[in-house]
Amino acid sequence: MMSWPNLVSQLFNGLALGALLALISSGLTIIYGTLGVLNLAHGAMFMIGGYAGFVAYQYTESFILAVIAGSLFVMLLGVLMERVIIRHFYHRPHEDQLLVTFGLGICFVELVRLIFSSQSQLVPPPALFRGITNLGFMFYPTYRLAVVGIVAVALGALFIVLYRTRLGMIVRAGIEDSVMVDSLGINVYRVFMVVFGIGAMAAGFAGIVNAPVVSLTPGIGDDILVQTFVVVVIGGVGSFPGAILGGLIAGEIISVTSMFNPGYAYVMLFAAMTLVLVVRPHGLLGVQGRE
Amino acid sequence: MTDNLIRRGLSRRGLLQTTAGLIGGSMLPAMPAFAEDKPAIGSYPAGVSGSTAFIGISVPRTGTYAVQGEDELKGYQLAIEHINEGHELIKKISPKTSKGVLGKELKFGVADSAAKPNEAVQAQQRFISENKAIMITGGTSSAVAVALNKLAQREHVIFVCGISGSNDTTGKDCVRYGFRQNFYGQTAAAAIGPVMVREFGKGKKAAYLTPDYTYGHTVTKSMQDFLATAGWTTTTNQVAPLGAPDYSSYLLNVANSGADVLINVNWGHDAVLSTQQAKQFGVLDKMKLVVPYQVPFIARETGGLMQGVYAATDYWWTIEDKFPLAKMFNEAFEKKYGYKPEWGAENAYVSFAHWAHMCEQAGSFSPPDVIKAYEKGETIPSLVGDVHYRPEDHQCVRPVIIVKGKQQKDMKNKEDWYDVVEIVPGEGLMQKPDAFGCHLGDYS
Repeated sequence: MMSWPNLVSQLFNGLALGALLALISSGLTIIYGTLGVLNLAHGAMFMIGGYAGFVAYQYTESFILAVIAGSLFVMLLGVLMERVIIRHFYHRPHEDQLLVTFGLGICFVELVRLIFSSQSQLVPPPALFRGITNLGFMFYPTYRLAVVGIVAVALGALFIVLYRTRLGMIVRAGIEDSVMVDSLGINVYRVFMVVFGIGAMAAGFAGIVNAPVVSLTPGIGDDILVQTFVVVVIGGVGSFPGAILGGLIAGEIISVTSMFNPGYAYVMLFAAMTLVLVVRPHGLLGVQGRE
Repeated sequence: MTDNLIRRGLSRRGLLQTTAGLIGGSMLPAMPAFAEDKPAIGSYPAGVSGSTAFIGISVPRTGTYAVQGEDELKGYQLAIEHINEGHELIKKISPKTSKGVLGKELKFGVADSAAKPNEAVQAQQRFISENKAIMITGGTSSAVAVALNKLAQREHVIFVCGISGSNDTTGKDCVRYGFRQNFYGQTAAAAIGPVMVREFGKGKKAAYLTPDYTYGHTVTKSMQDFLATAGWTTTTNQVAPLGAPDYSSYLLNVANSGADVLINVNWGHDAVLSTQQAKQFGVLDKMKLVVPYQVPFIARETGGLMQGVYAATDYWWTIEDKFPLAKMFNEAFEKKYGYKPEWGAENAYVSFAHWAHMCEQAGSFSPPDVIKAYEKGETIPSLVGDVHYRPEDHQCVRPVIIVKGKQQKDMKNKEDWYDVVEIVPGEGLMQKPDAFGCHLGDYS
């Protein structure tokens, strides 16, 4: 169904989808880059952000409070998770880290299923962003347009934290060489806790912002996790700009392929990842030598 | 009295023989296995050598079909409870049932299939090997149903499938050991097609949202074939993987297709999500929505988006006004679970009750005997009136119910989501038994 209006529509849709993937992936890549821990519970934290926001919305009927509650709850959960469990795994093999975060992810999903059942839960978009906007070349859900803006602001805030603050400088230095940062007298473990909290908050924030776009189910983070990994691999492990670039590329691949044959959308996504791994094993913006 | 009998010429040995015969005869109905002399096959007779019979159940409890799987499981559990206690409703469907099946108490195990064929097969293989399951059941995915069909045929254990809408389940992938009670793509299309033509007219353009597996492909094909006879054309068929996290790309294609009607073949959470997003993208303002294979709980989960939408279904609880057994079932189900049953639970319950009926009719758990009982094509009760199984493809011939989503102001209670538009008799909806390439395998 190749037509210019449709192509432009899909390109635009890819941008919206990519922005969301970029935000989730940035949380994952910061955690991995700094702590060296591949957090397989990241998808579950995205899901929990949605549910925490949903609960807050039920009580307050305020979308802004829902976003704040969803983000903060997951940030606190991330800090708790890091303090109680993750920190014991920093010096253990990657397989152990994968297993423990994978297990935590399962526990989170089943706990939410136990409390809320598998039935979908709805979070309506704020009144200001309801309905459809005519962009001239297409009609597009107003809230999805808003999501692009909200995510852009969130990524901007994350950029400022990472590139314009002392904490960010330490984090970036930690990504490059955590041993050196430690030997400079900086309490790396406290930084690790903060980074884990920020990374988790990015997932939680994305979870509640995305809630009006989809309906919440306990398994909502499963597919997102897979896509997020693809984004991180394409962009470069540990690279914040890479996560944004990877997210946008992934969003466009899914959308544009869907125009020709939706069945191949994910095939093309994985093909692109494979191609990047062959041509640039460390990702588009990744740095050689970084694990 | 004994002296009198002896005096009339009955020998002592004759008396003992008669007494033994009478005692033995009185035990026959309670212990038919003692009278059986059938060859071992599959898990028979090992699975029923004691006082119990084990059933393997696999339903999705996670993944995109989890909500429907849980409802289906409740139907199985209620059926087993009713069979074991000899409930009045079970006796209406299986009159010979007293307590248990052939006097054996039913035990069961439940596995989460996640709607994935390999997980369902592994779980059921375990139930057959370790628990000597005498029957396996479950579904909510035709891919699972087809895989379990093959397992059942290989292991010679009867498979009574749960929800499965693909034509293939009793079509090209049919097996001697598999049976299906519920409606499917062909019968859905034949039942809802005339209603669509009547409501929307001839020569319309339709866009399809189709899940990428046997259920989606065959339901869409059946709908396209039927509607083509009324001059309908397909503008686009958007095929999405099971559990797609976002339908925006597909819906943009639909929105730009110029269709009059959106036929959403997706199921489970996929149907909920795609319908919600169709609303977000303004698709539902531009075109009418039809759900040819109704999704349990979709009206509740989409928060009213099914208002005015036509759908075909196996069962809707308000038919209890016409069918006394449906009323009994609704009351028993609601008492136990606190809500009105949807069609997954109904299908599970009825399929199970029919299996119990066939075992009782056969007087044996021996699979070939039970299969032959089904293949007699006897007319038997269900919650939607009398039905029968076709011997050629093991498909139940049963009505399809057409519903239309109610407007909120017309709902009499919080579960009164649909009006029943029509109850279409099953006989006229069926394709010829070999039309989808069914060749049942051997009995042994």
